[in-house]
Amino acid sequence: MRYLPLTETDRSAMLATIGVDSVDALFRDVPEQARLKGPIAGLSDHMGELAVERHLSRLAAKNTTASTVPFFIGGGAYKHHVPASVDQLLLRGEFLTSYTPYQPEVTQGTLQYLFEFQTQVALLTGMDVANASMYDGATGTAEAVLMAARINKRNKVILSGGLHPHYRSVVETTCGVMGMDIRAQAPDWKNAEDLSALIDGETACIVVQTPSLFGHLRDFTALCEAAHAKGALVIVVVTEVVSLGLLTPPGEMGADIVVCEGQSIGNGLNFGGPYVGLFATRDKYVRQMPGRLCGQTVDADGKRGFVLTLSTREQHIRREKATSNICTNSGLCALAFTIHLSLLGEQGLTQLAQVNHANAVTLADKLEAVKGVKLVNDGFFNEFTVKLPKKAAKVVSKLAERGILAGVPVSRFYPDMEGLEDLLLVASTEVNSLEDMDALVRGLEEVL
Amino acid sequence: MAMNNQGRDSTPHAVTVAGEFVTFTGNKALQQEEALIFELDNPGAVGVDLEAPVTTKTRLGGVKTRAGVGLPSLAEPDVVRHYTRLSQKNFAIDTTMYPLGSCTMKHNPRLNEKMARLPGFGDIHPLQPVETVQGALELIDQLAHWLKTLTGMPAIAMSPGAGAHGELCGLMAIHAALDARGESHRRRVLVPESAHGTNPATAAFCGFTVDTIPAEENGRVSVEAVKAKLGDDVACIMLTNPNTCGLFEPQIREIADAVHAAGGYFYCDGANYNAIVGRVRPADLGVDAMHINLHKTFSTPHGGGGPGSGPVVLSDALAPYAPLPFVVHGKDGFTLVEHAKDAGKAQPFGRLKGFHGQMGMFVRALAYILSHGADGLRQVASDAVLNANYVLASLKDVMSASFDGPCMHEALFDDRFLKGTGVTPLDFAKAMIDEGYHPMTMYFPLVVHGALLIEPTETESKQTLDRFIATMRHLTEKAKAGDLAHFQASPRLTPRKRLDETQAARKPVLRWVKPAA
Ligand SMILES: Cc1ncc(COP(=O)(O)O)c(C=O)c1O
Repeated sequence: MRYLPLTETDRSAMLATIGVDSVDALFRDVPEQARLKGPIAGLSDHMGELAVERHLSRLAAKNTTASTVPFFIGGGAYKHHVPASVDQLLLRGEFLTSYTPYQPEVTQGTLQYLFEFQTQVALLTGMDVANASMYDGATGTAEAVLMAARINKRNKVILSGGLHPHYRSVVETTCGVMGMDIRAQAPDWKNAEDLSALIDGETACIVVQTPSLFGHLRDFTALCEAAHAKGALVIVVVTEVVSLGLLTPPGEMGADIVVCEGQSIGNGLNFGGPYVGLFATRDKYVRQMPGRLCGQTVDADGKRGFVLTLSTREQHIRREKATSNICTNSGLCALAFTIHLSLLGEQGLTQLAQVNHANAVTLADKLEAVKGVKLVNDGFFNEFTVKLPKKAAKVVSKLAERGILAGVPVSRFYPDMEGLEDLLLVASTEVNSLEDMDALVRGLEEVL
Repeated sequence: MAMNNQGRDSTPHAVTVAGEFVTFTGNKALQQEEALIFELDNPGAVGVDLEAPVTTKTRLGGVKTRAGVGLPSLAEPDVVRHYTRLSQKNFAIDTTMYPLGSCTMKHNPRLNEKMARLPGFGDIHPLQPVETVQGALELIDQLAHWLKTLTGMPAIAMSPGAGAHGELCGLMAIHAALDARGESHRRRVLVPESAHGTNPATAAFCGFTVDTIPAEENGRVSVEAVKAKLGDDVACIMLTNPNTCGLFEPQIREIADAVHAAGGYFYCDGANYNAIVGRVRPADLGVDAMHINLHKTFSTPHGGGGPGSGPVVLSDALAPYAPLPFVVHGKDGFTLVEHAKDAGKAQPFGRLKGFHGQMGMFVRALAYILSHGADGLRQVASDAVLNANYVLASLKDVMSASFDGPCMHEALFDDRFLKGTGVTPLDFAKAMIDEGYHPMTMYFPLVVHGALLIEPTETESKQTLDRFIATMRHLTEKAKAGDLAHFQASPRLTPRKRLDETQAARKPVLRWVKPAA
């Protein structure tokens, strides 16, 4: 077995040192009836690299990969081009195979990139501080709601109808069990909701998203003012973080907590995970934050260095009084994010955002020219909603048969809701060529 | 003096260096000082070449655009060098033994990385039509089958993002099952003193109250201590097995039975499942729910703090409440149940995560599992336990073992052997760093004083262990010989000496700020 260095000679010598005659003797605390005598039946035996590669490659070959077809699916995860150096650097064993930086003298590498990551996230979102990552955008949103409730000791939560439905469900599940009163609004595909009227003296927070699930762009400045006037917090969610290269950051609108899905920068689609939740807030709320925080300090010689800090918020110190139970988070995905963002830099990020928007504008113009297709949005970034003359799920299946992955039917999220069956979310990023767009147009003309 | 060619010295000159040698740059040859990426800003440089936008027309619906972000600009070579230099400031399994107890720092096979990067897994979108991702769903199904068969458990929830998230999943299932039984008054969770911090934190996260079970003298939890706490308000016990002292709980069956008889459930923290995989099935111990850290037992890389993956196996009693989404194998292939209305008789308690779970980790874990097979996984547990016991047996005459052996996958020592030396476990750990080892876990578990928890894992060779043991014996002797100063000044050879954590917490500096011009 190639991963196990002990030889039979080693094993006997070690057993002799220990003073037992078999490994079984070391398992003597296991109740007799629970001790298995040999390998578990019905499972295969060990395999060489080649056999494993064959097995898994066969499974991989059954999937349609995004890069090989005209591809317009978004809905909270986006197909972007990740520079080759990102992945090459991630594969450095010193990053890949180290643990959470508990011993700062031998993990300055991890700690410094976390400090840089936190800074980048704060800059992008327009906030004061950010943590070292959450599992993903959805779990980060639930943590943000719990944090808001800790801050103002209130119980009511208003979820915008533009919030990603998975985020909504995760909030309903995780905060619901804590007895919070969660008021999720109907899917706001027309971008018509007015949430300020719902805020009252019991409202802990209001959770909004821009671009919304349907691609609408929102300015929450007035909403933040209305919420703050009533002592409520505003949590702004961003599922397409590239949009922050172009649009006003939530911090400038007055957001109290900003949560983003960071997948779009540095991280592949990976069928939904692992991704990376970005979590940022105001200085005054730092001690209520969940998750790890990296801070700057000095060493015994007075040189600048970094450590994990404010850990009295965390489970390993505070146990049941911790701000969260999170331990392992998304370190390596945060590294991917931070490397890609460093490569982009100020100019690259702005340009990437512009290219995304330009491609989406071009595609929207083309689709609007297709008979029966109506664009729902006034404004959008790189994803928008179209209303089709037929059920969107059917159209998507038919196009998939033609080798085009057209977008996300809204009914995939809201299967029971009338009036949404004809809506299709369509995303276009820098990876889409004009030929891809024309293929979608032709495909739609055929199936509609 | 030997000369190999043309006047070139091939043996070094003997040099005596008085005091510390200071370089002009602050670099120490292979050890490079590295500025923050923001300080490396090279305005005008760019690390990507993007095509020009196809149109300048915008459709932003009247919202405002931003003036700028404030990111630094660098060309690719400088970015690559920055992160490469940073990487060189880390210890890692690839470079040294990393015996961090409870964390299971075993070798991360590169085959797994290669497999996760196959475009058929890495480049598929979670919302593609299910017809186009049949292989991905099949992979999830195969991994689920392995995990269920290895643990003997009938059901599994695949979506949790790490161990703590798995704990949340298990406790939410218990919460839902109790509600369904009409026993919502059961809100007390029993957690042994030795438990990992995530256990009480998770229980509180679910709205439960935590009741601590004291540890016995022998590091185990006794059935009597559990029984003394049982009552009709108890929701469950959260018991780690093997426990955080590295010991198998011998009364685990009796504890499970007692908890069940009192109407509660048994949540097992499976962070240490690597010690028993293939040798013991948790189902045979009476477990109702147990998370499996794929990033421990099944060797998906820790990545400097994640990502992980924490699938939870469930008993029949809890299976109906497993969260959305899940994969089902029907006559037309695999489908994904994403909504309660499609869940048949099941009553999912909700959703824990965006999309479908940590697919990238599933691929790696399955590659690891297939590589080992049922026979190899059993050997994994055997060798992990053998290595830990070898360390225990080889050090217990000089260091103070907290409990009599045998242990499972990790050996627990406490600081009694340092008594009177003035050396603390922290000092001892820092001296290990200069010797080239990542320290063991310190000050955890909390049930012994000054804990030093050593988990070698099965992927360390006997030669490596022998060198490690010799080093530990050397340091122990040094401490006992009264060389306190050596320990207090450690580490000396790292890019940074001991860092001031008090200052970091008192005046938090959590981000870089552009200095005033
Ligand atoms: C005993 C134990 N339980 C739970 C956890 C939490 O697991 P994770 O870090 O994957 O959330 C750990 C991890 O350190 C652990 O050692």
